[in-house]
Amino acid sequence: MFFRRFSLIIYALLILVPLLIVVLTSMKTIQETFRNPLGLPEAGIQFGNYTAIFQEQTMAGYFMNSAIVTLFSVSLTLFFASLIAYGIIRLNNWMGNSLFILFTLGMMVPAQVSMIPLYSLMLDLSLTNSLLGLILVNISTTMPIAVFILTGFMKTLPKELFEASTIDGAGNWMIYAKVAIPLSLPSLSATAIFLFVMHWNDLLYPLLFITDNAYKTLPLALLEFQGEYSTNYPMLFTGVIIASAPMVVAYVFLQRYFVAGMTAGAVKG
Amino acid sequence: MKISKSIYLFFLPGVLLYAIFFVYPTISALFYSFTDWDGLSQSFQFVGIDNYERAFTGDTIFRKTIGNNLKFMLVVVVFQTLVALAFALVVLKNTRTTIFLRALYFFPTILSSVSVAFIWSFIYDPSLGILNQVLELVGLGFLAQNWLGNADIAIYSLAVTQIWFHAGQMLIIFVAGLQAIPDELYEVAKIEGANKWQTFRTVTWPLLAPSATIVIAYTTIQSFKAFDLVFAMTGGGPNNSTEIVATYIFDIAFRNYQFGYASAISVIFMIIIAIITFLQFKALRSDRISY
Repeated sequence: MFFRRFSLIIYALLILVPLLIVVLTSMKTIQETFRNPLGLPEAGIQFGNYTAIFQEQTMAGYFMNSAIVTLFSVSLTLFFASLIAYGIIRLNNWMGNSLFILFTLGMMVPAQVSMIPLYSLMLDLSLTNSLLGLILVNISTTMPIAVFILTGFMKTLPKELFEASTIDGAGNWMIYAKVAIPLSLPSLSATAIFLFVMHWNDLLYPLLFITDNAYKTLPLALLEFQGEYSTNYPMLFTGVIIASAPMVVAYVFLQRYFVAGMTAGAVKG
Repeated sequence: MKISKSIYLFFLPGVLLYAIFFVYPTISALFYSFTDWDGLSQSFQFVGIDNYERAFTGDTIFRKTIGNNLKFMLVVVVFQTLVALAFALVVLKNTRTTIFLRALYFFPTILSSVSVAFIWSFIYDPSLGILNQVLELVGLGFLAQNWLGNADIAIYSLAVTQIWFHAGQMLIIFVAGLQAIPDELYEVAKIEGANKWQTFRTVTWPLLAPSATIVIAYTTIQSFKAFDLVFAMTGGGPNNSTEIVATYIFDIAFRNYQFGYASAISVIFMIIIAIITFLQFKALRSDRISY
């Protein structure tokens, strides 16, 4: 019993201590960090680095870019994937099944495979240095997992519901919007969270397609701070906190959905 | 029942985007893997299987990369799974404390890889880092190290970071799997006089196998794809000792501009992932037990 409790506390500390150090360091100066990397900030709670980073960097811009890309990527992926999932279960024939397989196969392909030709395609279409370009790529690359989860869920809905609605004269669009979507809310919300975390934190595609500061998202901006601030950890950690803040706030309030979403995403093979 | 033809319109936007930005580039990668394309010029030559031959015979860094990836994968899969399972068994019941602890253990999963990379670069920092300071403090100062700068251990330092990052997520999958096991089975085991280990072996483990397979499959693939973390923490160095396949492909393509060769490596990468996925799907099927 003692051993159990002891290991639970150790694991908790292993998570908490680094996070605490991030918060404390963000309130120190760089000299202070070198002198006393683990102690409390000498000047107490102060947000000098936060104002500094907003002045030195176009932080608000990076934040907006991340927000726009994440918002559109998540909602459009959900919209298009749910349309496909609905189509697959209503068709219920070879065509639907082969589409399902085509999307499922996509889950197996690592981003590194399509990334090289994708890079030249984006150049040809003038979609580099563009938020639209990021959104289109995000939608396409997360379509497989979203179709996989949503189709799996919609398959469990009783067919009779759809058939009864058809007899009542409802068209496909009506049944999709008024029957399939409301009933699929649990799996839609789980998928939404999974996509939200994934797109908000994505580094690879901004790294490939964005060079202009005006279009950088937070993870890419953060990565490049490393070049600028080197071992100025107070500034780096201030960046980390700003970039993680929306996710942390969402996590605190929507914890249950996060857990459901991140485990649904894990089924991805 | 007849379904209105309008259903085909439902596929249009998603399939179109998927075809243009995913299927077409993926198939192109296969095509380019047989060329010497540099990514910039309009023209390229077909070189047959030269790129593949080079990958398997001439490229010592690629061989090293595969080795690094296997080391990283092995450490992460074994330890992350053990940590996740051991702690899942302890925080299984729903009490206020366990719910809080599960939420805490899960927390790192929601951070970006870049953030995690910064946090752990600081922990590992030879002069500022907590790790060396804690070691000094408990009298193990002789173990203090340049954790990311020492080519012999850097890959393991990254593996520890990866475990810190994702063990909580796997723990939650185990908890979900464990909670789905009906209580009656444990009662029966108790009545039969089974001890803890016997109960685990005959009740928990067989019924847990599907979640274990998911966790192991997911962890394996995650550790092959750990691009962000490696890229942000070591960039593959020192001396290629932390270069994994995913970062190596990026380097060949976007630093050396050998798109053809990078495509060939990426196709090999895809085949490795496909084989792992296939094997694990098969294992998942055969492991499914119902009582």
